[in-house]
Amino acid sequence: MNTLTNKPASELGLLSVMGATIRREMLLAFRNPGDVINPLMFFVIAVTLFPLSVGTDENFLSAIAPGVIWVTALLAVMLSMDSLFRADFEDGNLEQLLMSPQPLYFLLLAKIFSHWLVACLPIILLAPVLASMLFMSPEGMLPLVLSLLLGTPVLTLLGGIGMALTVGLSRSGLLLAVLILPLYVPVLVFGTGVVQAAINGTAFSGLLALLAALFTLAVSLSPLAISAALKISIN
Amino acid sequence: MLEVRGLYCERDERILFKDLSFSIAPGKALQIQGSNGSGKTTLLRILCGLNSDFSGEILWQETPVKQVRSEFCSDVFYLGHAPAINRTLSPTENLRWFSASQGKTGNIDISTALDELGLAGYDDVPCFMMSAGQQRRVSLARMKLTSARLWVMDEPFTALDKRGVSEVEQLLSDFVNAGGSLILTTHHPLQIACDIDVINLDSRAQESES
Repeated sequence: MNTLTNKPASELGLLSVMGATIRREMLLAFRNPGDVINPLMFFVIAVTLFPLSVGTDENFLSAIAPGVIWVTALLAVMLSMDSLFRADFEDGNLEQLLMSPQPLYFLLLAKIFSHWLVACLPIILLAPVLASMLFMSPEGMLPLVLSLLLGTPVLTLLGGIGMALTVGLSRSGLLLAVLILPLYVPVLVFGTGVVQAAINGTAFSGLLALLAALFTLAVSLSPLAISAALKISIN
Repeated sequence: MLEVRGLYCERDERILFKDLSFSIAPGKALQIQGSNGSGKTTLLRILCGLNSDFSGEILWQETPVKQVRSEFCSDVFYLGHAPAINRTLSPTENLRWFSASQGKTGNIDISTALDELGLAGYDDVPCFMMSAGQQRRVSLARMKLTSARLWVMDEPFTALDKRGVSEVEQLLSDFVNAGGSLILTTHHPLQIACDIDVINLDSRAQESES
């Protein structure tokens, strides 16, 4: 027994630790396909309900399409948040995460990136299909995908803060919505703004830049907020 | 190594402990005793920085823990009440992430660690198909993968069979005799061949009442 004197075989770099975290999360998503399918199914079904309820008038549908897609995507992301820390909190892995000598900031970033890959990327890929079902004009397609690519990570990161605060509570669904929906408003405004501007033929790069600014802000600051919130929740 | 000064903690207006001071040196073991609800788990969580509802000082190598959090974390191995095993993953997958989150690959690889804990052949079986005792063994296999110098263990023998208990006791005494420090709680009569101190939270509570 010389565990104490032996040098560790190799010191892993930060990137490989993040890689290991992402691999673990992907594996979990693969074993629980519900995490991928549920938000996606919600997105598809909710968008499909609109033509059924407001009628199939082409002009009207194309006018509301950007808003419908964005609002539904936002709700789908919010619904997916519950799985972010729940399992780890219950089985004690969250304690191990907080006890890890690696910087928590990057571990959380890796975790949230995996969640985004699992829950949001399928939604973004499917959005143009549903948008064309709502007769959205083709000029809006690329801006829609771009705005979702920049916007959904912000939604995931902000949702992570809310989830970290409420993970200790048994029924946190409604509280989570009350906490984070107000924070989602700017993302929604700029996101739909980008698509509307593109459809109207005006410049949308400014709005896209604002969305990118929100993205940068969220990536740099919210992992700090999440780690602080997790420390409170685990108390 | 770890020193605690004047620790005070109350929960729901009940004082769990006050003026609790102790220290632990390399090659020593410390057993925290006390009845259910006496604050053993709370104490261990406070030591690990997972609970901050306390007053008093916790020093690591003579520096307050808060200032050396990352060194502290890489030198402390915490095994909590919950086994920290994801039930959908296999033991290998669970431990692989543990090693990575420690920033190190252990001295022996994961399948050897599992073999030594009596889980040979279970490497790739999802943990939800295992018994509680086997899951506990997966959790305990972390002992073989960590290079921490202080182990903090909350009821490590839960759900283990008799042979498992004596195997783990052997691992623990080997660790302490090699210069490690161990803090643990257990209701099981410990049979480990090493220097062991005892803190009893019940008798301390009675003293402070009288």
